[in-house]
Amino acid sequence: MSSAVTYNDKVVRQFAIMTVVWGIVGMAVGVLIAAQLVWPALNFDLPWLTYSRLRPLHTNAVIFAFGGCALFATSYYVVQRTCQVRLALDHLASFTFWGWQLVIVSAAITLPLGITTSKEYAELEWPIDILITLVWVSYALVFFTTIIKRKTPHIYVANWFYGAFILTVAVLHLVNSAAIPISLTKSYSVYPGAIDAMVQWWYGHNAVGFFLTAGFLGMMYYFIPKQAGRPVYSYRLSVVHFWALISTYMWAGPHHLHYTALPDWTQTLGMVFSLILLAPSWGGMINGIMTLSGAWHKLRDDPILRFLIVSLSFYGMSTFEGPMMSIKTVNSLSHYTDWTIGHVHSGALGWVALVSIGAIYVLIPKLFNKTSMYSIKLINTHFWVSTIGIILYITSMWVAGIMQGLMWRAVNDDGTLTYSFVEALERMYPYYTVRFLGGLLFLSGMFIMAYNVWKTVSSSEQTQATNTDVTVKASERSES
Amino acid sequence: MSHFWSVYITVLTLGNIFACYWLIRWTSKPRPNESKQGEITGHVWDDDLSELNNPLPRWWLWMFYLTIIFGLIYLVIYPGLGKYANTKGWTQAQQYQQEMEQAEASYGKIFKAFAAQDLKQLSKDPKALESGQRLFMTYCSQCHGSDAKGSRGFPNLTDNDWLYGGDPETIKTSILQGRNGMMPAHEAMLPNNGIEKVAEYVLSLSGRSGLDQTLVDEGKPLFMMCAGCHGMDGKGNPIIGAPNLTDDIWLYGKSRSIIQTSIRHGRQGKMPAHQKRLGNDKAHVLAAYIYSLSNK
Repeated sequence: MSSAVTYNDKVVRQFAIMTVVWGIVGMAVGVLIAAQLVWPALNFDLPWLTYSRLRPLHTNAVIFAFGGCALFATSYYVVQRTCQVRLALDHLASFTFWGWQLVIVSAAITLPLGITTSKEYAELEWPIDILITLVWVSYALVFFTTIIKRKTPHIYVANWFYGAFILTVAVLHLVNSAAIPISLTKSYSVYPGAIDAMVQWWYGHNAVGFFLTAGFLGMMYYFIPKQAGRPVYSYRLSVVHFWALISTYMWAGPHHLHYTALPDWTQTLGMVFSLILLAPSWGGMINGIMTLSGAWHKLRDDPILRFLIVSLSFYGMSTFEGPMMSIKTVNSLSHYTDWTIGHVHSGALGWVALVSIGAIYVLIPKLFNKTSMYSIKLINTHFWVSTIGIILYITSMWVAGIMQGLMWRAVNDDGTLTYSFVEALERMYPYYTVRFLGGLLFLSGMFIMAYNVWKTVSSSEQTQATNTDVTVKASERSES
Repeated sequence: MSHFWSVYITVLTLGNIFACYWLIRWTSKPRPNESKQGEITGHVWDDDLSELNNPLPRWWLWMFYLTIIFGLIYLVIYPGLGKYANTKGWTQAQQYQQEMEQAEASYGKIFKAFAAQDLKQLSKDPKALESGQRLFMTYCSQCHGSDAKGSRGFPNLTDNDWLYGGDPETIKTSILQGRNGMMPAHEAMLPNNGIEKVAEYVLSLSGRSGLDQTLVDEGKPLFMMCAGCHGMDGKGNPIIGAPNLTDDIWLYGKSRSIIQTSIRHGRQGKMPAHQKRLGNDKAHVLAAYIYSLSNK
């Protein structure tokens, strides 16, 4: 059987371009608040430019705007190719794009105004939460209807991860954002005290586990074998690490609440499952990196593949660091310090951003019918600029965090604290400066990318395919 | 925790851990009709995406097993499985208690020795002042500042001007029991431009220049309303912490509009009690240090 399929690449193009735009916006806000920590006067005494209001804007913009658009773009692209059918429900897919952009713009307006639920990574108030729910349900409908209509007998591993990410994020969002509105711009969580904290970190850690891990593993499982031209290393490994990852992640949240009012047993479970999570996490890294076996030389010539593979190295590093930090004794030193910030950014910049950037570099020429990106050399420059930026960022935060932890617990002969909080903070100047520079480098890389994407998209060169939708043949062997 | 929830948690926890173990064993087994190890499984997507049937890496499997074994042992020793296991009887509350007792055993005697001395005498003892300054940095500097000079709403502790009195025993009482400053709102009691009048009169008490004399004169009889706390002469009353209005020292700022706001809406000052956190001995040393700031 052979039939022509016209893929819906319009929505993929839209999300792909917005990934770059929101990447720049979100990271620029990050660099600004990093600068504020070194030069506090940079808030200009304006309430909407204060650190406390811009920090949630930064996290929401990079996670949900940049990361979210990258996930939408790649999942829509991948699910069509690996199912060999056009994306289901065109109008709904289009709604997910415009709806998601509206969510992002609403966040960018309300957060600086100080409108917030004050729940980390879930700061947006209830009317925006409802819009998120509508967009997300539409996303699930589009994605899973496409899977149901697939022309391939098996569901490709990337789609397991995308599917788990879409379903779980829906549940997390609904449960954690349950609130009683008292006005259009203010609501109160339905959960009391320590339960609220537990629900928040069940959400918070699974936002990491499903939004920032499972979703991007889906991305990895398509773009690495595709770019390397090699089969996925081990089907068995993908089965084990998929199920183990999604079941154990669910429990890990309480490690954010060690030594708090949370009951002891809950803290213990959080720690134990965080440790068991190490192997399932590394399963994904091994499967991705080993896919390259027999094709290692490609890393030398292909900077896109380098982005993808180095992202896995950072993934492996962060998922080792995470379980280690969840151990209570380690946590008693690391908690509340900048070590946590360093850990998050080795995952966010090293893993999430690098794999997304790699995937977007693969997608852009395909989506706009070009043979390749405008400049491979600039991709290489981008790679090195961002890698150096990440290294500056995480090493400075390691030193800063461990120093803070040690200074906070140092005591004199009479048992009084050796350093006041301000003294420890004062010592942070050099590290906060290096962190700012690291962030600035990473942001510069995004500008290089934007230029490269702009030149690629606007070049007059066209491949032989039609200028709007790509027509491909569903090959017969994929039916077997 | 009720029996039901205890069982519920235990079953879910162990169920998930054993499911991981089963998953590894089940996936490791060869299937009938599957392709040979190291070869393509036979499924193809998007023209060229395929998968190899490689075994699970051995070192990785061992790592997985080890974390599972560690987790199970940890769950027996520490509280985790509902109300079961926990052979060590450990709780974080107990750990805190023990660490506090240890600290008390090591350091308590140092402060006990200081606490036996008279406060005025102690305020000349460099050793005590050193400890006192460190305590101040930990417990007081957040509000009163590292230099103890205070900021808006938080009194300066170095200027020998005291809301509740500056003898060392009173300072110690302020630390141990805290203080609740309460200036009521007068908006309703001072209609028309009564607030402006009283404020103008209050400003005149500390000899401010450039005042509107008519307002000052009209404000004077209205000040009766304030005299109950601040005294007829405006010199305040340390027993209830009513500030002296004649010394040109202003807790919330000296501008006309700020003083009007204080009268209009009132003020709530809150110095928290530190009895539980510090105990008598440390508060004693801290009081000596704070006293020394104004009495060198």
